[in-house]
Amino acid sequence: MKTLSRVYMWVIFALLYAPILVLVIFSFNEGGSLSSYTGFSFRWYGELFRDSVALQSLKNSLFLAVSSAALATLIGTFAALGLDRMRNQYLKGTVNSVTNIPMMNPDIVTGVSMMLLFVAVAGILGISDILGRWTMLIAHTTFSLPYVILSVLPKFRQFDPSLREAAMDLGCTPAGAFFKVELPHVLPGVISGFIMGFTLSLDDFVISHFVSSPDFQTLPLYIYNQTAHNVKYSMYALCTLIIVTILALLLLVNFAGGIGDRSKRRKEATK
Amino acid sequence: MKRFITILLALSLLALCLPFLASCKKSGDTVTLYVYNWGEYISDGSEGSLDVNAAFEEWYEEEFGVKVEVNYSTFSSNEDMYAKMSSGASSYDIVVPSEYMIARMIEEGMLRKLNKDNIPNLQYIDMEMLFGSEAPFYDPENAYSVPYTYGTVGIIYNTTMVDEADLGSWDIMWNEKYEGNILQFNNSRDAFATALFKLGYDVNTKSEAEWREALALLMTQKPIVQGYVMDEIYNKMENGSAAIAPYYAGDFFTMYEDNEDLAFFYPKEGTNVFVDAMCIPASSQNPEIAERYIDFMLSEEAAIANAEYICYASPNKLVTQNADYRAAMEEIHPDAMEILYGTDELELQFYENLPNDQLMLLNELWEDLKIESSVSTSIIVMALVIVCGGVGAGVFFYVRNRRRRRFVDGLWSE
Amino acid sequence: MKKKLSFLERAAAVPHMVWVVMFIVAPLLFVAYFAFTDVGGGFTFSNIQLLSSYSHIFLVSICFSLVATFFCLLIGYPLAFFMSRAKPSTQKLLTVLLMLPMWISLLIRTYSLMTLLDNGGLVNSLLGKLGFDPIAMVGTGGAVILGMIYDFLPYMVLPIYTSMQKLDNRYLEAAADLGCTPLQTMLRVVLPLTVPGIISGVTMVFVPSISTFYISQKLGGGNFDLIGDTIERQFKYPSTYHVGAAISLVMMILILISVAVMNRFSDEKGEMIV
Repeated sequence: MKTLSRVYMWVIFALLYAPILVLVIFSFNEGGSLSSYTGFSFRWYGELFRDSVALQSLKNSLFLAVSSAALATLIGTFAALGLDRMRNQYLKGTVNSVTNIPMMNPDIVTGVSMMLLFVAVAGILGISDILGRWTMLIAHTTFSLPYVILSVLPKFRQFDPSLREAAMDLGCTPAGAFFKVELPHVLPGVISGFIMGFTLSLDDFVISHFVSSPDFQTLPLYIYNQTAHNVKYSMYALCTLIIVTILALLLLVNFAGGIGDRSKRRKEATK
Repeated sequence: MKRFITILLALSLLALCLPFLASCKKSGDTVTLYVYNWGEYISDGSEGSLDVNAAFEEWYEEEFGVKVEVNYSTFSSNEDMYAKMSSGASSYDIVVPSEYMIARMIEEGMLRKLNKDNIPNLQYIDMEMLFGSEAPFYDPENAYSVPYTYGTVGIIYNTTMVDEADLGSWDIMWNEKYEGNILQFNNSRDAFATALFKLGYDVNTKSEAEWREALALLMTQKPIVQGYVMDEIYNKMENGSAAIAPYYAGDFFTMYEDNEDLAFFYPKEGTNVFVDAMCIPASSQNPEIAERYIDFMLSEEAAIANAEYICYASPNKLVTQNADYRAAMEEIHPDAMEILYGTDELELQFYENLPNDQLMLLNELWEDLKIESSVSTSIIVMALVIVCGGVGAGVFFYVRNRRRRRFVDGLWSE
Repeated sequence: MKKKLSFLERAAAVPHMVWVVMFIVAPLLFVAYFAFTDVGGGFTFSNIQLLSSYSHIFLVSICFSLVATFFCLLIGYPLAFFMSRAKPSTQKLLTVLLMLPMWISLLIRTYSLMTLLDNGGLVNSLLGKLGFDPIAMVGTGGAVILGMIYDFLPYMVLPIYTSMQKLDNRYLEAAADLGCTPLQTMLRVVLPLTVPGIISGVTMVFVPSISTFYISQKLGGGNFDLIGDTIERQFKYPSTYHVGAAISLVMMILILISVAVMNRFSDEKGEMIV
């Protein structure tokens, strides 16, 4: 059983990573081809850092991901608080299911619906250039919101209300009790919501395809728009860099977390 | 401590948000010029080429004392560009559509007339050679557009996979010998043109019957086609995944650099010639800088850099008469100049902007071609089995749970 | 008993509700509006009637995504189980490895898969070296399904894994003590307890695969038009927005109904696990 499970996991992960591995290997290819490896070189990495448009789109992507995730986290955390306290079950259920629509709905419908809204609003207000960074920010925030609420709401539910009461008995104002006692408790949920929103925003292509304007292009859009000619090999270099960065970060976080766990355990053992 | 870190983290994340907001406020003395061009369609400084946009920024500041920043972005088809423009994308200052799209945009009042005093280099554009007249057919007043590149469609083939005897005509794309090795355009206009040329019709035909005949021909081709593709052609031709593909002559050289087994020919029935031209949208905020940009693109250094980078034919005399440029192209492929510029003998046809009802017809026929897909029965059978299994399992569990619950409830009531 | 809520608590959800009405409800109303009007703005059913010519596409898309979802479940379920039974430190690493591909643009991942499977790609040149004939994969329905499985497998595994994690090992031991074979334990204990995870995994794979428009273009070689491709094409010209909106509306209703039905089958209240 043990060996079976290990072999199975190895095989699946190998298949999952095969295309990515190919991409990484060929980003170091000297020639411009994905089928014949002609020699090791950093040529495409050099090209990447000379490509100002690609770097600009990367910057746009990162800004947008951070901003939309932060905005979604802000709105979503308070929404989760409000939903947790809400006594009108009917209203609560309605808000919950409407919030979840972008999560259930296919991306393409979300994108199309947003575009129709913006175009119609532009028509009414007589604006000729409504699409742009703001519409992108709105769209990305909207599809991140349900994920934020999803990860924060359970934390509010788990929170023991008597702690809040204790804080208020000890002289906290209600707002003070929230910020000093309750918020630190739900923070892990808030952070995982933020990371979720960040990831989704960075990866999104379909919705951006419909609500973007040419002056604010994100990385997936930039890659897609190369498709009339040829996808640049420097894009593979960029992806390799992204993978390496993320992998390093995640491992670092996990490693640090592991140390934390160990010291906590040691502390408990000495008690 | 942990709490402190998390709060700090949250704050710093919010702080990261600020640059996004800040980045949209441009500092007062820098003007931003929005350029919207095809992907991979300008010399961008890679592999030691000239970074044309950066060179323009430098040149403009030197010449006029104003700092300009070029915001360069790209599209992948005329239709994508048109879709963004008509749905109200941010206004930009330069667009580079193809001829039929320019005609359409002029008709719809989306373009702005150029002030030619700001474009002295216009004199080097060889209109006579391109169109046989002083003004292009898509822009009869010659007021809205300045040709950027032009090119022709031909057939690229792999010499190791294709017999010499089958060359020379569009028929090769219907040759069953190459079943599964033929690629076709994934855009309606170009795909229909291949069929219309084969039939010997006008690519801008007004006759519905002829369009329908072309559709029938494309339908017969569908079973032997490997795929309807655009940019995938590069990879597929370079690694020998397909044998025959119609594509733009200039792109052939890019593929040839990676696979010397590839070759190129113009079909004898005739082929399409296109022009991509620089235009200024009516909504442009900085038309004068845009005109200077166009002028700069026509200057010798920038035009040659672009022509060598894109490999498409240039309408600019400064380029075609430059010996270094000819040598550079011939180094890429011995017949490069001949393929790009020796097209006088060919039956060439431009795409015209189709009237609306024709366009609707074309869209409709293209839909018919695309949605006609023969999915293997095994997939359908599998899907059916899954549906039955899923519904069956769902109902089974649902019923069983209810029965159990009733049983448990029964125990309670006793 | 119940305490009065503070202002903060009462007002907290208001910005969210405003946002939801403005950017979720209003856009959907616009889709409905466009679906039932013509270019001039008059009310019409013609867009909906036109859909009959697209029924074929709906069928093909549903078939493809059903098969892809099924295989994702088939592959993902054991993976999630094995993952949840691994050492905690290994579990963490595996989760990271599973999430990592999601950080690379789907476009690039699909493109890379396409070059692998192509006639002249690595897989076929390996086959050629082993003495087999090359298999034409790109441009077939199988390749599209493979692409969907590849791109969306993590969305299947993660929710199932989360619900597996909650599963106490003692249940399995108890089942074994009471005389269950491993297979019986799996079918009668593990499977019923992870139904919520399965449901949310199935939804998270089915929905994106039914509406994708990049995978089918690249791996299907443009031979198979799915709903996503069709909608995308309609939004290139303002004159066909209305047909596109009608297709979107119908697809959305179909999906929301099937999600609702699936959620009814699960005993837990429709709480999604991400």
